[in-house]
Amino acid sequence: MNLFNLLISLFSGAIVYAVSVMYAGIGETFSERAGIMNLGVEGIMLMGAVSGYITAVHTQNLALSFLVVILTGAVFGLVFAFLTVTLQADQTVCGMAMLTFGTGLSGFLGKDVSGVAANLKFTTFKIPLLGDIPFIGPIFFQQNLLVYMMYIIVPLAMIYIYKTKWGLYLRALGENPAALDSAGMNVFAMRYAYVIFGCAMIAISGSCVTLANTNFWSSGMTAGKGWIAFALVAFSSWNPVKLMFGALLFGFISCLGSNLQIYLPSVPTEIYSALPYIATIVAFILATGNFRKKHTAQPAALAKPYDRESR
Amino acid sequence: MKLRLERKSSSSGLFVFLNSVLFVALALVFSAIFIIAVGFNPLEVYGKMFSKAFLSARGIRKAIESGLPLMLCGLGVSIAFRMNLNNIGAEGQYAVGAICGAAYVLYGPELPGVLGIIALAVCCFLGGAFWAMLCALPKAYWDVDESITTLMLNYVALILLSYLCLGPWKAKGQNVGQTEKIPDIFALPEIGETKISIAFPIVILIALLMFAFYKYTTSGYQINVIGKSINAARYAGINIKKNIMLVLALSGGLAGLAGFVQYAAVTGRVQENMPNNAGYTGIVIAYLARFNPIVVIIVSILFAGLQNSSATVQVMGVPAQIATMMQGAIMVVVIAGDFFQRYRIVLGDKKKGGKN
Repeated sequence: MNLFNLLISLFSGAIVYAVSVMYAGIGETFSERAGIMNLGVEGIMLMGAVSGYITAVHTQNLALSFLVVILTGAVFGLVFAFLTVTLQADQTVCGMAMLTFGTGLSGFLGKDVSGVAANLKFTTFKIPLLGDIPFIGPIFFQQNLLVYMMYIIVPLAMIYIYKTKWGLYLRALGENPAALDSAGMNVFAMRYAYVIFGCAMIAISGSCVTLANTNFWSSGMTAGKGWIAFALVAFSSWNPVKLMFGALLFGFISCLGSNLQIYLPSVPTEIYSALPYIATIVAFILATGNFRKKHTAQPAALAKPYDRESR
Repeated sequence: MKLRLERKSSSSGLFVFLNSVLFVALALVFSAIFIIAVGFNPLEVYGKMFSKAFLSARGIRKAIESGLPLMLCGLGVSIAFRMNLNNIGAEGQYAVGAICGAAYVLYGPELPGVLGIIALAVCCFLGGAFWAMLCALPKAYWDVDESITTLMLNYVALILLSYLCLGPWKAKGQNVGQTEKIPDIFALPEIGETKISIAFPIVILIALLMFAFYKYTTSGYQINVIGKSINAARYAGINIKKNIMLVLALSGGLAGLAGFVQYAAVTGRVQENMPNNAGYTGIVIAYLARFNPIVVIIVSILFAGLQNSSATVQVMGVPAQIATMMQGAIMVVVIAGDFFQRYRIVLGDKKKGGKN
């Protein structure tokens, strides 16, 4: 029975962890599919986390906090899109700027609520009937709203990218924007839209951290989750379902660490905390390494600014 | 009348300089919005920061001292970025450099006088280089994106550092995670009465050497070519694999040396949270300096001053993260400013052939 409970806590914990990186991962997938690489995931995530938490502390209104999170992400997306799409600046450098600015600003603004309890978060609730299924129920259907939303977002994202007209345009946007331009589409407007959408999703990932998984704020608390999301996107070949499996794997590994700690206390805890990062590196090398010459799923125009004059 | 953008062929040095000054000023205005938002008077805050950090001999000395690791991280990052290698791992390479330094002091052979210091520096360099090589090999052989691997290794290195400083290497009778004080034979001396560590001229020398390396050696030239166009380099028969490994090893090694100067010249101990974001700040510095080693030194001192000054306004209750925020803001506006070095805005009707 003990093992049974352990497995339930492992798997449900893995889902909670996975969802908190999947919002960012799916947002980044859309952004990169559109040809814009956003390295600043971590910084924007922190901004989402802190803006939601500040609103929660001051207004005690969860819906409003969530809205503020999305708006914060969108504002960052707008700035990022302006730099990379309109000004055609180097995307790596812009990403680093977003990272530095987001990290700094979140710590700066969050100073007042650091250590203050909001007592307001997305609580877990049981879905009737489904939540009562043994084993499956407690793992999948006794979660918080953000997790349930993700159950819908993944299939929607898949359908959007692979089955709709707009998804086709999106894929073309990252592969050959000039072709879309010739077909009369507005490449710039589309890229703006996807970057802003991507950043809003990244910010939601941040809110998972402060308003769902835990309920406090401390500076830099996402601790590399944004980077893990960024790595997962390439790891999953820009495919939301593969991204989900990747995220679950890493969620599982990090939960394994905290659970094993109870059973094997002689091993230094540092090994467990280093495990997800090492696993990311190894999996990333195995998944994206060009061991034989093979076709890469990377959008051909990724990180290349689109300039009509040099068509 | 319509606003129109026109591509410029080149910008004069003076224009670039004035542009940079203007955009730093804009960054200050931008940051002021947030300073007001948390309830402080930005003029008062900036005034305090500036006078403490840059208008006293002590402030400048402190800025140089805290700038030392930033300079080395910035130099390390700039050599990689010059070749379009996104080494985001200076933070971890710095940490591993420091770890190897501490390991040498604890377990290494005793060498007389200056030889010991050199051996210590080499150890730190190799530590950082080794950490970077872990990413350079997959990059060179299997084309694995280095930004993710270098970044992930930062976390591993920092966890290792804190484990060692809080565990087996922790100084006796200390509450904080740090090693024993470095023995005097390894400590870097100060220059005469100036209270400035001898490490400063050494770092300047490294920067000058790097400048010469880019300018006058074949290897340096190859790095520039690969950075500009990897395909052109390939057609010219430049060995890309070799250069990736060479550059990342150098880049990591320089970041590792940051661990050395901090250990042997500034703190005298290896501490749990030693890199303290220097690796990430190094990236911002390298970019703002346009990867020019000499400019890296100057920007590092300015940034170190900024960071130190954030401590002085902390007394007023301003969060210390003001420094990071301002660095990010400077970077954002400078990126935007770059645009105006490439284009000029023209008022008037479009020329023939132009489109809008």
